[in-house]
Amino acid sequence: MQKRLITGAFGLSLAALTALPSLAADKISDDVVKIGILNDLSGIYSDFTGKGSAVAAQIAIDEMGGKVLGAPIELIAADHQNKPDIAANLAREWFDQGKVDMIADFPTSSTALAVMEIAKQKNRVTMLSAGVAMAAITDKCSPLNAQWMVNTYALAAGTAKALLKEGKKSWYFVTADYTFGHSLEKDAAAVVEADGGKVLGTSRHPFPGGDFSSFMLKAQASGAQVIALANAGSDTINSIKQAAEYGIGRTDKQVIAPLLAYITDVKSLGLAKAQDMYLTEAFYWDYDDRSRAFAEKYFAKMNRMPSASQAAVYSATLSYLKAIEGAGTDEAGAVMAKLRTMTIDDAVIRNGHLRVDGALVHDMLLLQVKKPAESKRDWDFYNVKAVLKGEDVFPKPSDACPLNKS
Amino acid sequence: MTISLQAFMAQLTIGLIGGCFYAMLSMGLAIIFGLLNIINFTHGAQFMMAAFLAWIGLTQLGPWLGYPNFQISFWAALIIVPFCVAVIGMAIERLLLRRLYQLDHLYGLLLTFGVALVMEGGFRHAFGVSGQGYEPPELLQGPFDVGFMLLPKYRIFVVAASLLICFGTWYLFERTKLGAYLRAGTENPRLLQAFGINVPVMITLTYGFGVALAGIAGVLAAPIMQITPLMGGNLLNIVFAVVVIGGLGSILGSMITGLSLGLIEGLTKVFYPEASTVVVFVIMALVLLVRPAGLFGREV
Repeated sequence: MQKRLITGAFGLSLAALTALPSLAADKISDDVVKIGILNDLSGIYSDFTGKGSAVAAQIAIDEMGGKVLGAPIELIAADHQNKPDIAANLAREWFDQGKVDMIADFPTSSTALAVMEIAKQKNRVTMLSAGVAMAAITDKCSPLNAQWMVNTYALAAGTAKALLKEGKKSWYFVTADYTFGHSLEKDAAAVVEADGGKVLGTSRHPFPGGDFSSFMLKAQASGAQVIALANAGSDTINSIKQAAEYGIGRTDKQVIAPLLAYITDVKSLGLAKAQDMYLTEAFYWDYDDRSRAFAEKYFAKMNRMPSASQAAVYSATLSYLKAIEGAGTDEAGAVMAKLRTMTIDDAVIRNGHLRVDGALVHDMLLLQVKKPAESKRDWDFYNVKAVLKGEDVFPKPSDACPLNKS
Repeated sequence: MTISLQAFMAQLTIGLIGGCFYAMLSMGLAIIFGLLNIINFTHGAQFMMAAFLAWIGLTQLGPWLGYPNFQISFWAALIIVPFCVAVIGMAIERLLLRRLYQLDHLYGLLLTFGVALVMEGGFRHAFGVSGQGYEPPELLQGPFDVGFMLLPKYRIFVVAASLLICFGTWYLFERTKLGAYLRAGTENPRLLQAFGINVPVMITLTYGFGVALAGIAGVLAAPIMQITPLMGGNLLNIVFAVVVIGGLGSILGSMITGLSLGLIEGLTKVFYPEASTVVVFVIMALVLLVRPAGLFGREV
């Protein structure tokens, strides 16, 4: 009898032991956690997102040991070609047949907004590491979305406040004539005017532009202390390059401030042309030991330093996986609820917390581009001038987002 | 809106500089269309390729070869690069375009468009999209004070060089015996062949010459514009409009239209910047309504 009991107990515990992993895996839908990276793999935004974003996500997956709650983690990546319809189709397929639980990146905000809507219907998570449109956290906000880096307001406010503090009160905008440019200009102008500054004028250039000399000369002639560039990528680079040719923005009386510039842009411009410029970023690889450790891992795989949005993919993936671990399930609502209770503090994001409207509020960096002589190696581009507290640069929760009312 | 005379002059100058690029590029297109009846959609990609080759020669070649200090000078690049681009162009003509001369225009257009996409894709894969740049030669760095503005010496050089090239090309095609042969070749290739002239070789060389013009423009443009795989495609739309306005195949037409559209675009940038890329196409539409063959084109 006793012998039977012992074998019985042994058998039971054995069964329990073997059952444990499958029990955990029961909490993971489809027995796999699948992360999708949807971005621009070949177009104008591929340098600061593209393949590098998938590499950054893989680093986070590797740091988790390739598994969460006993289930394997898989990665998939595709090119949305900056077109909302293509992004929406891919996302739908990924959700319906591809077992994808979370999609990140979206360097074009229109693609992000399209996929957010589908993710909400299918109860999956979106993390906009590169999509910066304010709509994602205002009127189009979703309980299953996180804007995991910055928005146009935070980018504009960081630079604008720093320059206003230096007494640079009169501004002129050179703006890309489409939604993104308008939004960036509007947000920055609001900050400028709220702080007693004045907007002297605006030139709106077609997107993408070629020769910006006319706009920059007009901006120079306005006599504004700050020529703010509300554009991105090659438009920003060409504006700065051509301004330098005419000696614009090289005096103490007038500076050029790009409101959105990635480290890849500075790399292309070269320090000689970009030197002394102020810009706001959420991540700089050479900030401290933790950021450097991540960046070196990335460098080993890509032979270049990560851009802020590539770093954001790493942080988003890592936090998402940790939230699954904490929540004990990959059900979208539970994961998001867990994420909102966590303090986000990793190699990339500092002092971060996720708001109910999906805005990740965290510290930002005010950077100034080094002079060529100060730079000791390739990618050694910035002096960190200030750490800007999240509360000071991120916008207040908007009434337009229904989630803020409840 | 008021604008000071100074600023007005500055904008005119900038417009003229932009116009020089239009003129140079559209002239190459006009020559190729005039003699080969091919609408050369690879023109933008060839312009971009020249900029990249110059950048490679000026900044990358030395380190690649293991001699960090070795570099091709800007002046050498201005000769070597268009030559290389022309040779590649002639290879494309020999291997691909030649097979399409009997067919409709459309086939040539599609083929050259495809080749352009392949070239763009290749450079994008190899060098990324943010772009590169190189400095103008030391001799041409820094600005001149021309009274109403500081004008970069390099831009003055670009204007002078492209006017010279445009005029030289026009002279070659319209005023020399060789030019007469070339024009005869378009009218009646068989007759010309009967006179003992090797028409296929002539066509290949002409295509090479047109491409070389894009090559020179590419080398000249790189210190001003960011060198990216997309730079040619962006410019090509406007250049095509210039060719249409000037009259397909008219060399003089593309030169004059290129320069004047540069000026018009420059002024639009001052008074209504949002319309600055559209204005060229508005003019194109108006011209097509009034003179379907273009301002300088021969009515058929």
